Amino acid sequence: MNLITRMMTKSNMIYLGIAALLLILPFFLTGRSVQFMITQIFIFAIFAMSYDLLLGYTGIISFGHAMFFGIGAYTTAIFMDRFDANILGLVLAIGVAVLFAAIVSFIVGILTLRLKSHFYAMLTLAFAGLFLVAAEKWRDLTKGNDGFTFRIPEILRDSTVMYIVSLVCLVLIFFGLRRLTNSPFGRVLVAIRENESRTESLGYKVLHYKVLVSVVAGVVASFAGVLYMLSLRFVNTSVFHTDVTIDVLLMTIIGGVGTLVGPIIGAALIELAHHWISGLANVHWIFERWIILYGTVYILVVIFFPLGIVGTIRAKLSGRSKSNVLEKKRAS
Amino acid sequence: MNNLLKVSKVKANIQQFHILHDINFEVPIGEVTVLLGRNGAGKTTTLRTIMGLNPVHNGSILFKDEEIANLKPHLIANKGIGYVPEDQGIFEDLTVGENLRVAMKREDQETTERLDWILDLFPDLKKFWKKPGGQLSGGQKQMLAIARAYVNENDLLLIDEPSKGLAPIVVEKVMETILQMKEKTTILLVEQNFHMASKIGDRFYIIDDGQTVHNGLMEDLRQDKVLMKKYLGVS
Repeated sequence: MNLITRMMTKSNMIYLGIAALLLILPFFLTGRSVQFMITQIFIFAIFAMSYDLLLGYTGIISFGHAMFFGIGAYTTAIFMDRFDANILGLVLAIGVAVLFAAIVSFIVGILTLRLKSHFYAMLTLAFAGLFLVAAEKWRDLTKGNDGFTFRIPEILRDSTVMYIVSLVCLVLIFFGLRRLTNSPFGRVLVAIRENESRTESLGYKVLHYKVLVSVVAGVVASFAGVLYMLSLRFVNTSVFHTDVTIDVLLMTIIGGVGTLVGPIIGAALIELAHHWISGLANVHWIFERWIILYGTVYILVVIFFPLGIVGTIRAKLSGRSKSNVLEKKRAS
Repeated sequence: MNNLLKVSKVKANIQQFHILHDINFEVPIGEVTVLLGRNGAGKTTTLRTIMGLNPVHNGSILFKDEEIANLKPHLIANKGIGYVPEDQGIFEDLTVGENLRVAMKREDQETTERLDWILDLFPDLKKFWKKPGGQLSGGQKQMLAIARAYVNENDLLLIDEPSKGLAPIVVEKVMETILQMKEKTTILLVEQNFHMASKIGDRFYIIDDGQTVHNGLMEDLRQDKVLMKKYLGVS
């Protein structure tokens, strides 16, 4: 009871209110494509929040985060394809996917997080490349680049159920991560981001914290991969592509790093922009090359909103002048 | 064991540069030992080397008779050494309260009492408890840095140039605080401000070009105008 009372802060009430509105939204939507698009936003928001744990809270740049998304998607898809497509099988598959992601992120973390952040970024890129090549070449298991479709439990075939499941997962993961980042553990993560050697000389073994947060981020990303696979009922090697990591990086930066809410907004904006721009492909060929437009948006955001949307709003509300913020960015 | 810390024949490099050639000194329990010297003499590097932030190339660092040279910084910190770096090292996105909490190894009654004591000395920290560290003034940041090192029951505090860049009135406040802390803990202080160093310190070591060249009691140094002029540029 005490925990519930403590959690009922003003901001939590607002978030729960928005979640309640989103929960009843499917009953007013007519088009399935819109519902599907919003489901995708929920899934990518979970993925982006996992990236925010690394980039926003701990200052770890990963170019291979898609690896965990792909692990989640492929592991569950292979289970669903080879075993009975019932809820028990799905739970087992999710358990294996999450455990596999945790082991991989632990191994990658322990091997690379001792290094400076740019080395970590390059090594994660290499590891993700390794998984992509393995998925393409191990055709017996993954069917290569063609991918495969599979059966999922009957109840999840309904797009409204999938929408609600994704939303509930998003809300639970959001509050879980919020609790984590507001805990003493979260404060140490921010301290590491700001000054690693200072944090170490306060008595913290920085590597342990970095490995632990990379495992949590890997597990959450793999869970997003599971939901993605369930929503599509199809998987191919594109889930391991660097584009997926770049998308999630953009979602996090545009929304606002180190905020958790920012990546959700970033995911919504990127997914909506993707959907809208793809629809304009008939108007002009440039809209087929949406990555060019993303690049432009990214440059503009970095120049005009260096803290992202949520970060800039928070800075304004807390009374910090733009010059202070920019000065701090420049110094870092 | 009269000496809490004993540094013997320490050599240390920063990348390819030889910074410390032959550092020797001892820090007796319950005293304030001051490292003096001109800019670039190697005082800050000495503190960083003790703290494990620079590797020791040669020599020995004994803390409570235990070798700590080349241990990882977190292990050294957990043995009971607190460090206030020259740049204060405040976590700018954390609030004052969070900066202090992140430094606290325990949240027991003793730590709370130490926190209350230091907050009474620095009421500004209480006032700006929820303000991000990055929004504090230079003096307030210094107070926070000292409070953060003091909040745990450390046997030894390494304090690097606490008066640097501060207004004289703030320097006085910081000095008063260190004088009060002196009653409760052993301090190794690096300080360029001779007025402050001479008021706080019990004994001194002069570092010149990476070597300890002179040492003695602070009250003797105050009388030795020649030595002060030669190594510290104070007349």
